[in-house]
Amino acid sequence: MSTATTSSPANRAAVPATTSSRATRVLGWLTLAGFAVLVALAFAWVPEDTRITEQGDVVGQFDAVRLMFVHVPSAILAYTGFGLTFLASLAYLRWRTDWWDMMAHSSAEIGVVFGVLTLVTGSIWGRPTWQTWWEWGDVRLVTTLVMVLVFIGYLAVRRIPADAAVKARRSAVIALVGAVNIVIVNRSVDWWENRTLHQQSTLLARKIRDETLFTLSFSFAVGMVLFAWLLLHRFRTAYLESQIEELEVQEALAERRAEASGADHEGEQP
Amino acid sequence: MFRDAWLIAGKDLRIEMRSRVGLNQIVPFAVTVLVLFAFALDTDQEALRTYAPGLFWVTVLLVSLLAIGRSFAVDLADGAADRLLLSGIDPIAVFGGKAAAIAIQLVVLEVLLGAGVVLLFDVTVHRYGLLVCAGLAAAAGVATAGTLYGALVAGLGVRETLLPVLLLPVVAPVLIGATRAFQDAFGVAGAEGWAWLGLLAGFAAIYGVFGALSYGALLEEA
Repeated sequence: MSTATTSSPANRAAVPATTSSRATRVLGWLTLAGFAVLVALAFAWVPEDTRITEQGDVVGQFDAVRLMFVHVPSAILAYTGFGLTFLASLAYLRWRTDWWDMMAHSSAEIGVVFGVLTLVTGSIWGRPTWQTWWEWGDVRLVTTLVMVLVFIGYLAVRRIPADAAVKARRSAVIALVGAVNIVIVNRSVDWWENRTLHQQSTLLARKIRDETLFTLSFSFAVGMVLFAWLLLHRFRTAYLESQIEELEVQEALAERRAEASGADHEGEQP
Repeated sequence: MFRDAWLIAGKDLRIEMRSRVGLNQIVPFAVTVLVLFAFALDTDQEALRTYAPGLFWVTVLLVSLLAIGRSFAVDLADGAADRLLLSGIDPIAVFGGKAAAIAIQLVVLEVLLGAGVVLLFDVTVHRYGLLVCAGLAAAAGVATAGTLYGALVAGLGVRETLLPVLLLPVVAPVLIGATRAFQDAFGVAGAEGWAWLGLLAGFAAIYGVFGALSYGALLEEA
């Protein structure tokens, strides 16, 4: 290798070639194993959700209850992602470091993925249980939908080719306004219809079977590990992207300098 | 500061008055939307009367996108935004002025559309006070949120498509509140009209404060 290019590989060595590390490999395997156990618990161990009313009718969610182990953790991960975006955006506006900006971007993406998953699984679950794919009067449904829409808009801003600092600052403001807006939407929909099909805290009321409760708690744990795994990878991807941009700028600068000095030498010749 | 805000609002309104874009394009567009709703709902006069409040506000929101987009497009032309920045006017006054200009345009639009709804959809107004207050509060809410988001997407190149994606989910509470208040005012559904007015006023206040506070940071970099 010629001496002229030694600086470039040295730079590249400082940037890791992969987003994987020991921590993510452990988290990844834990997620896979946890998910396998969750599938086994959900399908083999948890019984159908049925109750017998005083009139002798059999009611309940039946097999649809198994969807809860995807739906409820998804909703929690979506809100965790958006909450993290909100906090990271606040921190970005305070300290103005790329780290917080990348954290906000990464968690928002994960939040949107799980937000959509929440809406889809909820809709599939609602059809056999509530006899409807969608219920406009339900506060949580409508709030979650608007929240996902707001953050899809946020991600649209992040994809615009613009100056990194401008984009980071505007995105941070959008995330803050979006989070405030969630509260307003929630209140307004609540007043709008003031009813919900969602059951109120079955967990606390102990109206839930022990098997279902355990599996649900287990699904939260698997979800959190999955979230950490995704966030680490997504954050590192964001970091590598920013490094590539920087490298490209450096290379373009070097090329221009070489051109300029070449032109100077040509000018010196008689 | 109020003088400065009024200066900005006057400037924006004068531009709109002289360019006549509002009169020649935005108002005909709004009327066309009303006509399209009538076509979509068939010749059923009863359905039109029932849904008139919702249709009215959907039209206002769609048309507000045009007004907000124009308000920032004229600033970007000929480097006007830079000169506004150099003028040393407090960003809060700039925000207030631009929001006021948009709000005034929206109120004019609401009056015209209101007449259109009364004539075309055959609604009768039962409570004028509520109608006027809800119209003003909703215009203020859309204008403050719209000015904030208009500034957020200004100069990003794809603002025509970005503004609806960002703004419409955010003004959903205005649509809910204003529709309910108008249902009460038109007497088509029993709704607590005055309570919904509180939501509209609260929305305008929150976005007014938020927009005024963050406007300085948004102007600096543009």
